[in-house]
Amino acid sequence: MVNENLVKDVVKEPYKYGFVTDIETEKIEKGLNEDVIKLISQKKEEPQFLLDFRLKAFKKWQKMKEPDWAALGYKKIDYQDIIYYSAPKQKEKISSLDEVDPKLLETFDKLGIPLTEQKKLTNVAVDAVFDSVSIATTFREELAEHGVIFCSISEAVKNHADLIEKYLGTVVPASDNYFAALNSAVFSDGSFVYIPKGVRCPMDLSSYFRINSGDSGQFERTLIIAEESSSVSYLEGCTAPMFDTNTLHAAVVELIALDDASIKYSTVQNWYAGDEEGIGGIFNFVTKRGKCLGKRSKISWSQVETGSAITWKYPSCLLLGEESVGEFYSVALTNNLQQADTGTKMIHIGPKTKSTIVSKGISAGNSKNSYRGLVKMGTKATGSRNYSQCDSMLIGDQASANTFPYIKSQQPNSEIEHEASTCRISEDQLFYLQSRGIEFEEAVSMMVSGFCRDVFNQLPMEFAAEADKLLALKLEGSVG
Amino acid sequence: MQSKMKESDPILEIKNLSASTDNLPILKGVSLSVYPGEIHAIMGRNGCGKSTLSKIIAGHPSYNITNGDIKFLGENINSLEPEERSQSGIFLGFQYPIEIPGVSNLEFLRVSTNARRKFLNKEELDTFDFEELVKEKLEIVKMDQAFLSRSVNQGFSGGEKKRNEILQMALLEPKIAILDETDSGLDIDALRIVASGIKRISNAQTGIILITHYQRLLDEIKPNYVHVMSDGQIIKTGESDLALELEKKGYEWTDNFIKET
Repeated sequence: MVNENLVKDVVKEPYKYGFVTDIETEKIEKGLNEDVIKLISQKKEEPQFLLDFRLKAFKKWQKMKEPDWAALGYKKIDYQDIIYYSAPKQKEKISSLDEVDPKLLETFDKLGIPLTEQKKLTNVAVDAVFDSVSIATTFREELAEHGVIFCSISEAVKNHADLIEKYLGTVVPASDNYFAALNSAVFSDGSFVYIPKGVRCPMDLSSYFRINSGDSGQFERTLIIAEESSSVSYLEGCTAPMFDTNTLHAAVVELIALDDASIKYSTVQNWYAGDEEGIGGIFNFVTKRGKCLGKRSKISWSQVETGSAITWKYPSCLLLGEESVGEFYSVALTNNLQQADTGTKMIHIGPKTKSTIVSKGISAGNSKNSYRGLVKMGTKATGSRNYSQCDSMLIGDQASANTFPYIKSQQPNSEIEHEASTCRISEDQLFYLQSRGIEFEEAVSMMVSGFCRDVFNQLPMEFAAEADKLLALKLEGSVG
Repeated sequence: MQSKMKESDPILEIKNLSASTDNLPILKGVSLSVYPGEIHAIMGRNGCGKSTLSKIIAGHPSYNITNGDIKFLGENINSLEPEERSQSGIFLGFQYPIEIPGVSNLEFLRVSTNARRKFLNKEELDTFDFEELVKEKLEIVKMDQAFLSRSVNQGFSGGEKKRNEILQMALLEPKIAILDETDSGLDIDALRIVASGIKRISNAQTGIILITHYQRLLDEIKPNYVHVMSDGQIIKTGESDLALELEKKGYEWTDNFIKET
């Protein structure tokens, strides 16, 4: 059950992650060309195959057009006005956390993600990413005992080049879309997870992405591989300071699940959303996709999207393995002038594959919130099933909600079920709760939490409480 | 009749109350006092302003008070929020209880009860203690515990919704309860359960206003006073036999009464 007191405690707080860490950084010149890409690759001491991967992606990107099909309106992005690499200055080689700049540790402390040995979270391993680089990863030795690899993708490139070469770009090819191509060319850091055969990861793994710099983009790349009969639960959190300019975030996440493997990927996205007039905020263009390669494999996405000025994001599942399962549980909340176009793609390729989509969109203020989803049944997907439920809640009379469900079936022996609803928090409902002594804002929170319950139930415990807090926070003053 | 000397102060005192919605006058000078231990019935045709009166007492935002006062325990409450009125002991039983999807009935009842307890400087109850309390109160309305895990009023039958209202009243222990057509749409058994629930909750310190069309509720709960409303006014007040007379003669009889005045 969602804790109503938590909601009450934070209802009055403003965006509390809006601070900037004053730290000396190493940045490269603004702009994007082959030399910049070579420079990034060189800084990261990458093998040739990765530089080739980047350059090929860059060539493709140059020939591509920024997509304009989403229900989003925003000022054109000037890709030459962005810094593509920004990292806090640190010693060349850091062997332990003691050598990490205390200012960075303090930053993550403030964000509620303590990293030091004494204070670190006990039930979850954390990879902390600050602008373009990973600062620290906790519990590495403990995880290594189980054969689990959890490190930054830069380290994985150095130490596990074979896995990177084998899997990178196999789920989201560089040519997949404009932002994926851009990311493939310039990605700086992110997390890498490898769960060996038969291992259930002993603790949750988590990455925390922090954008600190105002003029550089963040382009992280995450790759998770779950070998046969393994399982992992991975959490992702994101925050950024309040700047009055827009910052570009274009990430790529690839998941691979082999026979009987299961990956649960949960996100609470709370990038800075811009102010009430829509000034500033993160432009969030993200490609997330999982490949259920093995039989009976399962990939489950759950996301709570509350931040960013613009959200363009469709975590998807390619269901190749027989009887594989894809899930997508989403809450997207927009307020003020935020815009979100988000949803999923469930591509059923193998027989007897199953997918579930539950999407809850909440629009308040003057915001715009669209669900966009594709369910496709391929010719071989006999006996496959999909169930989709897309609900929208409107708060106030200036917000808008859209649902764009696309269904393509080439397999008559498959089932697709789609339900959709739109509701508005009515004055009568609010009066009913108020007339039972429940205060106005709490009444709204209760109803929003209730609306999202199906999704919150899918989140790991701590995340569910955090998500609930976040929603209350974002809705403050949006009603009435 | 109301001018009789009373031993205590009124719980609710409405004086010359006029109110409108969208500039349309609905109440046109209503006066009514409810003293501790009293049960009042308000009857009248649909659209005469009975429900509006109950909503205004509870603080519904759609209505504007254009004249007059509502005093609760001696304090003017015209400008209080609905939640403040509830916390201080005013209860409105809805004619059409509202469905709130996704919000569990148990949690709703607990938050509501705690809001009232906080006002009374009583300790707020955690989930376990509250479950104990609510089990006790479920007895009163003969409801099954399964009701608690469902969403507030969602998918409840008409009778279940009304019993859920009485359950809330039992938990909140209000000083005054206004029950708006709580008896409508109930079969005989449900009516008995609701009526006995109301009787068990009322006592010498509380006041009750029953808004109803039917004598059958008043057979179960005998009111001290019966008021007849028409066109936003109380046009006649009598004792319980007035309701019987009304049942016999119909509202047309009160039309004649207006002509007489």
